Order: sequence, then C-alpha cells, then structure tokens
Amino acid sequence: MTGKYLFNKYYNLSNIISLILFIMSIFFLTFKGLNYGVDFKGGTLIELRSDNTNYKTEDIRGAFNKLNLDDLSVKKFGAEGDYVIKFKRSDLNEPDFIKNLKNDLDNYLEDYSFRRVENVGPKVSAELLQDGVTSIAIALAAMLIYIWFRFEWQFSIGAIVAIFHDVIITLGIFSLLSLEINLSIVAAVLTIVGYSMNDTVVIFDRVRENLKKYADIKIFDLTNLSINETLSRTLITSVTTLLALLSIFFFGGEILKGFSFAMILGVILGTYSSIFIANPVLVYFKVSQKTLIKEED
Amino acid sequence: MLYFSRLKIISIIVFCFSLIFFSISNFINNEDFFLKKKVNLGLDLQGGSYLLLEVDKNPVINQTLQSKLTQVRNYFKKKEIKTFDYKLGKQKVLFKSNTNDQEKILELFKNDNELNPYFDVYKSNQYNVELIDNIFELTLTKYGIIEIEQSLLDQAIEIVRKRVDEVGTNEPSITKSGSNRIAVELPGLDNPDRIKSLLGRTANLTFRFVTQNTDASFGSEKLKDLDTGEELNVSKRIIISGDNLIDAKPQMDNINNETVVSFTLDRLGARKFGRATKNGIGKQLAIVLDNQIISAPVIRDVIASGSGQISGGFTFQSATDLALLLRSGALPAPLDIIEERTVGPDLGEDSIKAGVLSLIIGFILVILYMIYKYRLFGLISNFALIINLFMLLGFLTIFEATLTLPGIAGIILTVGMAVDANVLIFERIKEELKKEKNKVIAFDNGYTLSRTAILDANITTIIAALILFVFGSGPVKGFSVTLSIGILTTLFSVYYIARLLTSLYVIKNKNNKVTIK
Repeated sequence: MTGKYLFNKYYNLSNIISLILFIMSIFFLTFKGLNYGVDFKGGTLIELRSDNTNYKTEDIRGAFNKLNLDDLSVKKFGAEGDYVIKFKRSDLNEPDFIKNLKNDLDNYLEDYSFRRVENVGPKVSAELLQDGVTSIAIALAAMLIYIWFRFEWQFSIGAIVAIFHDVIITLGIFSLLSLEINLSIVAAVLTIVGYSMNDTVVIFDRVRENLKKYADIKIFDLTNLSINETLSRTLITSVTTLLALLSIFFFGGEILKGFSFAMILGVILGTYSSIFIANPVLVYFKVSQKTLIKEED
Repeated sequence: MLYFSRLKIISIIVFCFSLIFFSISNFINNEDFFLKKKVNLGLDLQGGSYLLLEVDKNPVINQTLQSKLTQVRNYFKKKEIKTFDYKLGKQKVLFKSNTNDQEKILELFKNDNELNPYFDVYKSNQYNVELIDNIFELTLTKYGIIEIEQSLLDQAIEIVRKRVDEVGTNEPSITKSGSNRIAVELPGLDNPDRIKSLLGRTANLTFRFVTQNTDASFGSEKLKDLDTGEELNVSKRIIISGDNLIDAKPQMDNINNETVVSFTLDRLGARKFGRATKNGIGKQLAIVLDNQIISAPVIRDVIASGSGQISGGFTFQSATDLALLLRSGALPAPLDIIEERTVGPDLGEDSIKAGVLSLIIGFILVILYMIYKYRLFGLISNFALIINLFMLLGFLTIFEATLTLPGIAGIILTVGMAVDANVLIFERIKEELKKEKNKVIAFDNGYTLSRTAILDANITTIIAALILFVFGSGPVKGFSVTLSIGILTTLFSVYYIARLLTSLYVIKNKNNKVTIK
C-alpha cells in the first residue's frame, strides 16, 4: 500500500537534478549577479510613450545617448511605442532635472510623453535592498519556527530545504535571463515562500496522520502514500493558482509581468519541491513512527 | 461539522450582506448614499506623484553647537571660572580650562540643567562632555540629536504643508516617515516639477547692507548678485528677515513695466526697516534669498510704511513662486528629495484596465475549472468565491485601504488560492465517501480531518504577508494587505458559506446518491 504512482522511485534522481540546478543558480547569482532595477540600484527610470510609429528602439536610444547620461539603457516595454529608459544620476537634488531633460530631448524626439518617472536616491535604494533581504530572511525563519512548533524538527528542515530550493532557483533563473529585480519581485519571492510552505504542509500533515495510522509502513513508502493521497489537491490548487497567474502574466500589463513570471516559476518549483525535496528529507532523517511518539511523551 | 443552528445561519447571511453592501458603495456614485466610504486608489492607479524628502540636519546641528559655544563661554564667565581656546570642531565644541577647575566643570555639566539640559523622557542629557588631553569635548548625545531632529521635522512638515497647500493640489497627503523624513503624496499630479522646485528651496530671506568695510564687527561675506552677476560684499548683520513678513504677493509695477513681489512687514519689522532706511540713505540694501542676492537697490528714501517691493527681473511665474515661498516661511533646514515616483494618469488608467481584465479572466478560468472538476460542488465553491471577493472588497472599503496594482495582483492570487481550502475539503470527502456509507458522517469527517492542513497552510501564507506588510513599501504594501484580508475572507467563505450550502444539500439528499465527481 504505497499509492498509485511511485514518486519515491525518483527521489534520488530528482534530488540530483535539483542539486545541479541549485548549484548552477548559486553560480549564476555569484558570478553574473542579479539585474537590480532602480528600486535597489538607485537611479532614474522613465517610461516613455511615443505616438510617432516611425521610431525604432535605436532612435529613442540615439536621442538619449546625446544627453550624456551614465549607464543608459533603453528597452521596449510592452505595447508598440512604449519604452523604458534607465540611467544613473549622481545628484537627485536638482528640482529641474526632468524639465531640462525634456527640453533637451525635444531637439531629437517629437510626439512623446513621460508616463512614469521614478528617481531613487542611493540611500533609499540601499535601504530598500536591505529591507527586501531582511524580510525574506525573517519570513524563512518564521516558517522554520512555525513548522518546528507544529511538527517535528525533521519536518521543519524538510520544508526549509524545499523553500530554499524554490527561492534560489527562481532567483537563479532571473539571473540567467537578466530579468529585473525590483520591489514587486521581493513580494513575489515572499509569496512563493508562503505558497511552497503551504504545499509542503499539506503533504506533511498527511504524513503525520499516516504515521499515526500505519505502524508497519516505512517512511520511504509512507511519504509516497501521503503524496498520492494529497496528489489531486496538489495538482488542482497548482492549476487554479497558475490559471490566475497566467491571466496576470498575459493580461495584467507590463508592470506586473516580472511579478507574475516569478510567481509562475515559484508555483511550479513549489509544487515540485514539496513532493520531491521535502519528502526525501524526511526519509534521509529516518523519520519513523517513533519520532512522533518520542515527542508525545 | 455539518449542523448549523438557525441563529448561526441568520448571522452568516447578515454578515455577508453587510460586507457586500459596503463593497457596493464603490460602484455607486450617489453622494447622498449614507456610506461614502470608498477604496482609495494608490498613486500607481490614479496617477500622481510621490516624493520622499529628507531633512538635512547637519547645518542645524552646526548652528546649535555654534550658539552653544557662546552660551557656555558666557556661562563660565558669569561663574568666574576661567575657560579659553574655544573652537568649533567637527560636530563638537572644544575648549580648555585651568587644570584645577576641570573637576568642577565636569561636575557642572553633569548637574546644572541650565548648562546641560536633562530630558526626563530619554533619561539622558542633551550633551556629552569628555576631557581628552586637557581639552573639553562637548558633543550632542544621541537623544540630543533626536530632539533636534524631531523639532526640525515638526517645523519642516508645517512649512511643506503650507507650500503644498498654496499650490492647491488635490487632497495631498503629507506625513512623517522615520525620524528625519517627510513623505508627500500628490494624487493626480503628473508633473511635480513646480512642487519640487518649491520644496527644494529653503527660502531664507534677509535684508542686509552692502558694505565696503570687510572687517566690520558682524563680519561680511561675498555673495553673488543673480541680477547683475557680480559679487558684492554683504554685511552679516541682518536688518530684517523673512520672519518679519506678514504677506507677499506678485504685482505688476506699472512704472517700469515689470513683475515685482510686494511685501508687508509686521510692526517690529516695519520699525526696524524704517530706522535702517533712515540711517542708510544712499547705501545699497541687498535682498538675500538662500545666500544669493536677488537685487541690491540703493536706498533713496525712508520707508516707514512697512511695505515694499522686491524687483529682480522676475517673470510672473517666478514672482508668484517667490511670493508663495515668502508667505509660507523659511524651512528650518534644507530638504533633499531622496525618492520620487510619478505616474501619469493615463498609465494609471491603463493599469486599472489591465488589472480588472486579468482579474475577470483569471476568475472565469478558475470558475470553469472548478465546475469541470467538481460539478455541483464546484458551483458551491464558486458561489463562495464570489461572496469572498465581495467581502474582501467590503473590508478594504471599511478600512478605506489603498488599492494598488500589486494589490489587484493580490486579489487575483486570492482567487487562485482561495479554492485551495475547498479542494482540500472535497478531496477529503471523496476519500471518506469510499470508506463511510453514511453520507452525512462522511461529509462531516471530510471537514473535520482536513481542518489542520487548511489552517497550517493559511497561517504560513499569512505569516509571509504580514512580514511583507511590515517591511514592504509603497505599492507592495497594498499587495500584502489584499493578500492577508483575502486569506481571512477565504477561510470564512469556505467554513461558513460553502459548508452551509454543502450541508443543506447533503442533509436534503441524505438518502439519494451524492457524489463529488
């Protein structure tokens, strides 16, 4: 009695694959780094819309190039004629900066407007980055403590390893694809932490229940049974959450694209890791019926 | 868990309806409607400008130490203790005394409230005194600095409010942020250039004589004349300052055909100004704003009326701005703009459209999928989901929460995750139906046995959302708000609405075939 599908047959294989992905992600994060947006790097972001359809990205870039801006980047942003321009600025305290910039730009471009302007000073961006890192660290710690409180420490380690796996690989993919990390990505990562935890907890809850119910099944098969019993829930919830997220990704506009992409990655990884990472950890730690009994004494 | 008392059913219905009622007030534009509460739209949705200003406390700290130096010197003179070699160091005052007085001086700094004020609230003095190599070092304590910061921030926020109000933008919000920052939110403003240039100026106005004598007793400094571009030697003695102004407005001067700023002085200012102009006929009077000379006219006549004009090649706009700055008063310290985010109204509108569209599509997809998976029970769960959304909106309305674009994403995510609890329950019921013949018991068990998993799962998500609320900033905070409220309304809708409907159905069909597909 171990359930219809033999997930446990693939524990080792999946763990090797995960380990490779994890190491690759760490590699990318260390050597390539993350592409921080103005929230975390400081600088200026301008979303520009031009009604002149003859302009190409090169024309916009050319116009901004003439303005002597540091670290300039010009990219298309969603709809035709929309661009995002980013550059560094040493002094934020020049009230007329944007006004002057527009005046200069008028010499090279026409029929354009600034739809969004963001200026973040170095002090604020450093603080935002620190807050982001702190909040993710605290979230991880809080999850660890909560699970420890509700389950045994082995479960807690299993859940945390799974979450680490999801967060690091998600960030690794962001690094690989040079996708921008901004405030909403931090929100996405925290939600991934919550979601992945949520998924893991449901299976763990069943593992605990089954440990009490079946005295003679070993943890290796018991995890598999529990995964099978909760499988349709795991899949249905992943599907509905992905449906909602895909809807944001395709219809929610350009600003939410990064957020929904990170979440989609996170939900897929979270579903995978709650089956193939969190459960093997229980097996490695040799969790048994005794683990629970000891605790109840 | 399937039994509901009549009273409970009525309370559930009343609770749901009142929240739905609140949520509906967002869609009705009737002013007479007794509920005028609405969900606020964040700046990213309605368009507008957000500025974060930081008070630069260093000049004020230097000023404070400068005057402390004078105070300390006079204090010991009065006490007939010999102190000498006063110097202003970096963030500190230095002085020396005779060696046999050192003990006494340290004692006085510890105990005399006049020399070194004691703050009861902080249990700390304003200054720290140390004797290093026979030199006294006087520095502000941590709380001394906090005290300065707080009063600076209080004054600055008043002035900022006055200036923003004078410009007349729509419902501005000006709040303290931390110990030395001011957050300014200006809904609907898509070009903050004018506000930025108004807030970027201290507007410290002084009237001082131009002097040839470089070593006058008050000292003098070289300042640039904005009008002519030349540098003038201006006395440091202040005749009148912006504090003496009671009104200022832009005016057309018909004689020279130029725009000027006319001002009115208070009584004290008028008297001082009268005396100065009387003694100084023929001299040049410099009108200095933030260490730059606006103009330096030659005094031709006594001005005793207490009113006058400033000319300096103004345009009407710049005269209006100067008058506004003078009316609102000088900032106690310079303000740095350390963060600025401006969203144009059309982008905000596009964001709302995209957000609502993706909400509707996501919602329809989830609803169809649930019907496909669970048929009748899918319908029940969908009904609970719809009520859930209205309740979520109702709560946001009651709290007058701010809805941002990430906030909308939070709602859509709630749609996706809200069905999770029902899925857990339905799956469990399916399992129980295989084992248990009595349907009512099977359903009951399904609810009971799935409860811990549901609670654990939702508590973990709430933990993540709360952490985001504490550390998140701006629009992202809106995400954590909708996500956390969404989780609570989800649990309610699952355990009270969906369960009520399920129980009504199951009890009615006790003896018929009931399956969850």
